[in-house]
Formats: sequence, C-alpha cells, structure tokens
Amino acid sequence: MRFELMYDSFFKIIQGIPLTLEVVFLSTIFGLFLAVGVALMRVSNNKIFSNFAYYFIYTIRGTPLLLQLFFIYYGLAQFTFIRESFLWFFLEDPLFCGILTLTLSTAAYSAEIIRGGMQSVAPGYIEAGSSMGMSKMLRLRKIILPITIRQALPAYGNELILMVKATSLISIVTLMEITGIARTIISKTYAPVEIFIVAGSIYLLINFIITRFIKYTEYRLNHGSIQ
Amino acid sequence: MMELLAFGDTGWGDELLLSMVMTILVSTSSLAFGLVIGTIFASFKLSNSYILKAIAEFYTTVVRGVPELLVIYLLFFGGSGAVMYVAKIFGHMGYIELSPFTIGTIAVGAISGAYSTEVIRGAILAVPKGQFEAARTLGMAKYAMSFKVIFPQVARLALPGIGNVWQVTLKDTALISVTGLVEIMRQSKIAAGSTHEPFIFYTVAIILYLFITSISYQFFNRAETKFSKGFVREVS
Repeated sequence: MRFELMYDSFFKIIQGIPLTLEVVFLSTIFGLFLAVGVALMRVSNNKIFSNFAYYFIYTIRGTPLLLQLFFIYYGLAQFTFIRESFLWFFLEDPLFCGILTLTLSTAAYSAEIIRGGMQSVAPGYIEAGSSMGMSKMLRLRKIILPITIRQALPAYGNELILMVKATSLISIVTLMEITGIARTIISKTYAPVEIFIVAGSIYLLINFIITRFIKYTEYRLNHGSIQ
Repeated sequence: MMELLAFGDTGWGDELLLSMVMTILVSTSSLAFGLVIGTIFASFKLSNSYILKAIAEFYTTVVRGVPELLVIYLLFFGGSGAVMYVAKIFGHMGYIELSPFTIGTIAVGAISGAYSTEVIRGAILAVPKGQFEAARTLGMAKYAMSFKVIFPQVARLALPGIGNVWQVTLKDTALISVTGLVEIMRQSKIAAGSTHEPFIFYTVAIILYLFITSISYQFFNRAETKFSKGFVREVS
C-alpha cells in the first residue's frame, strides 16, 4: 500500500467532485420534471401519449447507458443538417451530451417509480377532491402529487444513488470527473488498488449523504401521517 | 445502408451478430459467477458469525455504492497483478495475463453478485419456517436439507429478482468494452469508426440490446409461470 500516493491522489481526485455533483444535480432536476411528464403521459387515457411514454421507457431501460451516450454524442453528429443547425452548439459539447443522456435515462426510470406512486393513491381521495369541486390540475397539485412523493421517495433515493454512479460514464467522453481523474492516475502510476480505495470512498461518502438526506426527508414527510 | 450490414467481407452483419453472441456469453457467465458469489455472501449474511456478516455487508455496500466503471478499472489494471501475486505464493514465477473475457466476467460478476446477494437473502428468508422444521423433524442432515428442501424453493422465490439482476448485468457488460472485449458496444464502435456511420451502427446496437432484453424478459416470465405451478394459493 503506497500511502503517500493515496494522499497525493486524494487532492487530485477531489477536484473532480464539483463536476460530478454538477452533472448529478442538473440531470436530476431536469430529469425529474421530464419524469413527471412521462409518468402523466403513461397513465393518461390518450393512446398516443401512453404508447409514446411506454416505448420511451422501454428503449431507455432496455439499452446500456453508455450506448445511449455514444448514440447522442457520436451518432447524432453524423448528420450535416444537425451540425449546421443551432443544435450543434449544444451537441458538440460533451458536457451537454452527458447531462442530456443522464436526464433522459433518469426520466425513464423515475417515470416508472412515479407511476407506481401515483397508482397507489386511493381513488377515494381523488373522488373526494372532485366532489369538492377541485379542478383536474388542482387535484394533481394538492392531492395526487403530495401522496405520490411520499410513496415514491424510497425508490427515488435508490435512483439518485444510481445517478451518482452513472455520472462516471461521462469520463469516457473526455470529461474529467472523479472516475476520469482516477483512471488517469491509475494509468500513470499503475496503482489500481490505492486509487480505487480513494475514489471509491469519495463515491461512498456522497451516496451515504444522499441516503441520509432521503431518510430525513422521508421522516419529515411521514410526520403526522396516518399510515 | 444494406451493404453496411451485409454478411461476409463487405459488411458488418456477421461481426455484429458474433458480438451479440459474445455479449450473451459474457452476460451469462457473469450472472452465473454472480449467483455463486451471491449464494455464498447471502449465507454469510444469514449466519450467526459477526465477522462473516460484516464481510458480506462491506462487500454489498462497497460494490453497490461505487460506480461499475471504477470496479472494472480496478480489475482491468489490477486483476493480472493480483493473480500473479497469488501465483507467486504457490511458487509460480512469470507473467500471467488475464483475457478481457475473464476480467469482464470477474468484474461484472462481482457487481451482479452484490445484487444477487440481496435477492437470494430475501428468497431464503421467504422460505416458510415450517419447511426447515419439517426437514429437521424427518432427521435430514443439514446438507440434505439445504439441497433437497430449501434450495429448490429458494430458486423459485428468487427467480423474479434474478430476472432483474440479469437485465442489469446485461447492460453492465457494455462497460467491459473499455477493456477491449469485442461485444456489441465495442463492435459497433469499431464499425462506426471505420465507416463514419455512427448513427446507423449505434441504432443497430440499440436494436440488438432491445432484442436480447425482450427475449430474456419473455424467458423469465415463462420460467416464473412454470416454476410457480401449484403455488398460486400460497400468495395470500
């Protein structure tokens, strides 16, 4: 065990934390909004909407994330009309492609979690809302979403941890986040075990904090609930 | 576009098909390896020894909390070194290099093993207590009890969970492409690079993965119905 190397590489690897957190934060926020939309489409009575949501979820969940990233980053760049359009400004940037891929991915997985939460809302609650004259949007905002959030939170916590782990893939498209820096140091020093311990501990710490945060939120939300 | 995907020397059809076989092979061997690890660590978790419990807890926490890619880098760069270190103890000097397939199987197997551990642990706990007691009452030895009574039931109860682990394992094998193993991901990257047609080849790769996931989904569904025959009443 080369402790001096571990000490030195620790300070190099922590420089990747901001990028990892930035990508996690942005794609989680965008992904969550998209997921609510996809989940609503999935449960809607409109066949076109629900089919579109079904196939979107099916494709994302059935293919590796790395392939999705390559498809967006390299695949779309093939077309001249994309390269000449304003889209190219975004698609030539690996960071944008990384965030876009992770956003789409988490949207598909979270949509299923949210759908599960929505379907657990007792029909009586919704009926009670409509008999009080609440509009569809008001019912969604005041009845369905609050209950859904409480139901879906534990599963969503797992999704957040998967997101933190998934950000490591953007290192393959040249972005230097935690895994990217770790990989560079490993190939220079040839000390895989030491670097793994350092980088792995950082990920474990991030995930530990997220787990605690979710537990705390769960506790707060369930405060005073009958269940 | 059809020439690109043709079989033979002119197109990439046969290469892609072979790479699909490779993906299925490496996923299957990883899942099998993961199930062996999972069974061992699940029994650790359910044992009375605090040390064994701690070891199993450490393993599942680390592997499930650290990116898959990092685990693959660890084994890709450190796997051969570790094997040579062990070989040295047994008196074997000289260079040993592990093939990308072996490294991939060990890496993805170790990852899928952590998920399998939880699935199998849950399944063992779901076997009714009476089954253990009945086996003991009949005077079965521990070994016979495990293999004749408990194991078949665990296999049935764990099947849905193993189906999920399979899907995750299959997708994780795409990451082994960084070690140079020519599976779907790697093959489509090579083809995309040499023909400058990334869109077509990544689309084909997406279709191939969707094909495997759909088929295996059907397979696990069938297996579940088959193995749960006569167990419908127990659900409530």
